[in-house]
Amino acid sequence: MRESSPSSPLWEELVPGGAHWSGVLRRGTTLRLTDVGGGANVAMLLYNNEEKLERYNMADTLKAQHTAHLTAGCACYSDMGRVLCSITGDSVGWHDPIGGVSNAAMVARRYGALSYQEARNACHRNGYDSLLNEVAKYGLGRRDLVPNINFFSKVVVDDGGNMAFAGGHSRAGDHVDLRFEMETLVVLSTCQHPLDPDPEYRPRDVKLTAWYSGPAGADDPCRNRCPENRRGFANTDRLYL
Amino acid sequence: MTTQLVESPLDPADALCREVVPAGEPWMKVVKQGQVFRILDLEGNQAVDTLFYSAADPEERYSAQDTIRGQGNIYLTTGTKLLSNLGNVMLTITADTCGRHDTLGGACSAESNTVRYALDKRHMHSCRDSFLMALAQWDRGMTKRDLSSNINFFMNVPVTPAGGLTFEDGISAPLKYVEMRAEMDVLVLVSNCPQLNNPCNAYNPTPVEMLVWDAP
Repeated sequence: MRESSPSSPLWEELVPGGAHWSGVLRRGTTLRLTDVGGGANVAMLLYNNEEKLERYNMADTLKAQHTAHLTAGCACYSDMGRVLCSITGDSVGWHDPIGGVSNAAMVARRYGALSYQEARNACHRNGYDSLLNEVAKYGLGRRDLVPNINFFSKVVVDDGGNMAFAGGHSRAGDHVDLRFEMETLVVLSTCQHPLDPDPEYRPRDVKLTAWYSGPAGADDPCRNRCPENRRGFANTDRLYL
Repeated sequence: MTTQLVESPLDPADALCREVVPAGEPWMKVVKQGQVFRILDLEGNQAVDTLFYSAADPEERYSAQDTIRGQGNIYLTTGTKLLSNLGNVMLTITADTCGRHDTLGGACSAESNTVRYALDKRHMHSCRDSFLMALAQWDRGMTKRDLSSNINFFMNVPVTPAGGLTFEDGISAPLKYVEMRAEMDVLVLVSNCPQLNNPCNAYNPTPVEMLVWDAP
C-alpha cells in the first residue's frame, strides 16, 4: 500500500448530514471520522467483509472491556471473539454503544414527515432505514441489523438505570480514529441520534479520512488495554497467519 | 434503582404448560397473543438468556436498544414493554419478584469465552451454541443471522454513571419469577445458561421452569 498519513490520506470524503455510506476498510487502515460542524452523530455497523455472518456485537464489546461507553483504547468486537476495529484516537472521550437508531415513525413524530417529493435531498431520513438501505447493497437485510454504535454521542445512565442524552458533547472539528484489524465492511448513517432532544431535523456533516497505519503491533495500547483485549487481538491475528 | 416487586395472581395449577428446562439446555416454543409466560428461577441466580421473534415474521425480533430507549431505562421489570426492531410491543412484563433484569450483557459463546476467560475455554458449553442447536432443530430457515440482542432474565449487570459496566452477584433467589403477557404471537428461544466461568451463579447452573397460561 502506498505511503499515506492523515495529512496525505488514501482518500477523503464528506458525508452530508442525514445520509448513509458504506465501504470496505482493510486490515491496517485507519478511518478518521470528523465532526465538521459540531453535534454530529454516526450510527455504525461493522461486518467481517469475508464472512458477513460475523458482525459487530455490542454485548461482547461491552463485556470484554467492562465498559458502557467507547473511547480511545477500546476495541470493537465481533460475535466471534475477534476485533473488527480499535479506537486509536479520540478528541471526544465518549461514544454511545447503547442508544440505537432512529426509525421512520420516530422521525415523523418528532420532526414531521418531509418526503423527497417535497424537499429533495433535504427530506427527512432515519437511521434504521438508512442502515437497511446500505446493507442491502451486500445482500444483507433486517436480520443483519444488530445493535449499533453511535459515534460522537453520549448517553449516560444513572444509578437507577435511567438514560439521559448529553447535549453539546461533540464540537466542530472533533474526531475519532478507527483502526481496522480485519477486512471490514463499514455501514453508517449520519442521521441524528434517537435521543437528541433538538426539535429540529438537523443532522450534521461528517468527514471521512482514511490512511494506512498498519495493524496493531505487540505494544499497542488497544491490544494491551486488558487481558481480554490481548486474547481478542490474538484471535484476530490468527485470521491472518 | 428502587425495585418494586409485583406478584402475579396466576396459579401454577391452572397453567397450560409447565416445563422444566435443565441447566445448559435450550427451549423454543410459540406463545400466543394474550397468553402469559412465566420464567421461574427454581434454585436462584440462574441466567435465562432469551430471544423473542414475531411468530408470523421472525425478521421482526426483540431489540435491546429499542426497548431500553423506549422506556428510558436500561433495566427491565414490571411495566417494561419489550419492543421489536420495528418498534412494536412484543410483550409486556406484568409481574416480577426479582426486581430487574439485564439486556446489555448478551449471551455467552464459545468465542466470547476465549476473550473473557482464557483462549482454552472455547470448548465449554455456551448459550449461543444452545441457540444455534435449537434453531437448527426448529428447521424453519432460522440461522446465526437471527441471533441478535437478548434478555438475561435474573442477571444483574449494572452500568455506572461514569460509563462502566459491572457484573454483580445476582439479586434473584429460589422461586423468584418474571412474568409477561404476549402482545403478539411470539416465538420464544431460551438458553438456560451453562456458564461455568462466571461467579454470578456460584459456578453452578441450575434448572428453570417455563409456565404458560391462556389469556385470562
